[in-house]
Amino acid sequence: MLKITDLHKTFNPGTVNAKKALNGLNLTIEDGDFVTVIGGNGAGKSTMLNAISGVWKPDSGTIEIDGVDVTNIPEHKRAAYLGRVFQDPMKGTAPDMEIAENLAIAARRGTKRKLKWGVKKAEREKYKELLATLELGLETRLSSKVGLLSGGQRQAVTLLMATLRRPKLLLLDEHTAALDPKTAAKVLEITDKIVTENKLTTLMITHNMHDAIAHGNRLIMMHEGRIVVDVSGEEKKQLTISQLLGLFEKASGSEFANDKVMLSK
Amino acid sequence: MAFLNALPGAVAEGLIWGLMAIGVYISYKILDIADLTVDGSICTGACVCAVLITNGVPAWLSVIIAFIAGALTGVLTGLFHTALGIPSILAGILTQLILYSVNLSILGGKSLITINARQYDLILHMSDNISAIIAAAIIITALIIGLWLFFYTEIGLTLKSTGDNPDMSRAQGINVSFNKVLGLAISNGIVALSGALLAQYKGSASINDGRGAIVIGLAAIFIGLSVSMKIKPNFVVSLIGVICGGIVYYIIYNFVILLGLKTDYLKMLSAIIVAIFLAVPYLKGKYFQKKKAATSSNEAGGAANA
Repeated sequence: MLKITDLHKTFNPGTVNAKKALNGLNLTIEDGDFVTVIGGNGAGKSTMLNAISGVWKPDSGTIEIDGVDVTNIPEHKRAAYLGRVFQDPMKGTAPDMEIAENLAIAARRGTKRKLKWGVKKAEREKYKELLATLELGLETRLSSKVGLLSGGQRQAVTLLMATLRRPKLLLLDEHTAALDPKTAAKVLEITDKIVTENKLTTLMITHNMHDAIAHGNRLIMMHEGRIVVDVSGEEKKQLTISQLLGLFEKASGSEFANDKVMLSK
Repeated sequence: MAFLNALPGAVAEGLIWGLMAIGVYISYKILDIADLTVDGSICTGACVCAVLITNGVPAWLSVIIAFIAGALTGVLTGLFHTALGIPSILAGILTQLILYSVNLSILGGKSLITINARQYDLILHMSDNISAIIAAAIIITALIIGLWLFFYTEIGLTLKSTGDNPDMSRAQGINVSFNKVLGLAISNGIVALSGALLAQYKGSASINDGRGAIVIGLAAIFIGLSVSMKIKPNFVVSLIGVICGGIVYYIIYNFVILLGLKTDYLKMLSAIIVAIFLAVPYLKGKYFQKKKAATSSNEAGGAANA
């Protein structure tokens, strides 16, 4: 499904601020995998997701999605393959537009947009049903501006938008980090539901080790722009937080940089 | 009495500037770009229209060609911004300066071309303000209906989202750069259209037409939206509000002239109106926040004393 080969990216090259964000990253994800990603600050987690999304071009290396080399495909064209939810709840939706309009835009991701009616009547009915499944009371607010919603509601809508048109790969960039614990749990619950129901191939960054272990069928840990721990299957199911910390120390030769954040439930 | 006599003229001219303000609304409010191209493109519209009409081209066709010329100026600014990475405000300034030369050459090196209303069949002219108002109102109505339909199509929605949230737009597969160019083309096309109507209304096109147009456009938008947002904050009501903003602006303008203000100061007046409308929400927010903070700390103090 996803194949990243020897990916390198340095920010501000040739300056004192030069930062090697990705350092020979290799990763292959199978169809239907739900992979959780953890790692300290600056480990390259978000950088990896941005590289997959095409926010900028990598210095070297290739990215393949479903057998297609997308390394040189611009971000807006690559979007046809991807569903994305960002850390910042403000980033995934257009605040000045209606919920229905946001969903309608997402429903047409990867298609050629024409001078046809932007939100059809039948769509509104479909969106109503979909919003009802979120159990956030949004099904009656189809014509409300998204800017009036709370952060959690916006993330839930963004999740719907990312998956409304089935993506080949769903990218979740710490999408619950900016929410309060209760809302975060709710959004994660919705995430699990959508991913399982649609059998989506998913890459989820989290700052929370507990979540990383509890969700998905595979867990990878990044350090200095590379993957240093990769556990899946039965081994992942049995994993504990202390084992995970042990694995990290062994792989990186140092203590976990911000275990306080990472251990938080 | 003098004011009442000036009223039809003020309304007619206000409608034409309101039309221009709709162009500015598309760049400023929908695309979130302060596009300074309009100072040049309104003049381009006026010059193209005047030259064509005085060369025997029918007025309606001249207006359409002026629209296309204006759209091209928007494309130029859009490409400066998206393809060459020039900040949008600077891209607009560059095009504006380019257009000064272009407009001069359109006018054939002259600084003014007059259109004799008795010689040519014009869409509107200041000699008959009532007809001018009707003609302008018909064009504006058609344009608002057209824009209303367009901005609810698939493409129109992506244009709105491009200005509202470019990150989200890219993630949803929208070509943000293309949309900015398209939006600026439509915006400046409308601005040039209003320039073409203005040239016919005044019976002349001058190289100095449109200086400070962006400021007048913004003034019309702020005046209009301050009322229309309170009535119903939707697209069509906003556009009608912007038109009314243009009319109100020109009524104030005429009123101030009648009060005896020297016309030299009118541009300054326009700028001050815009500055006030931009500053009020900011100062209001600042004042209310302070007041809020003060009350809550008072409450906290009271609770502690109790």
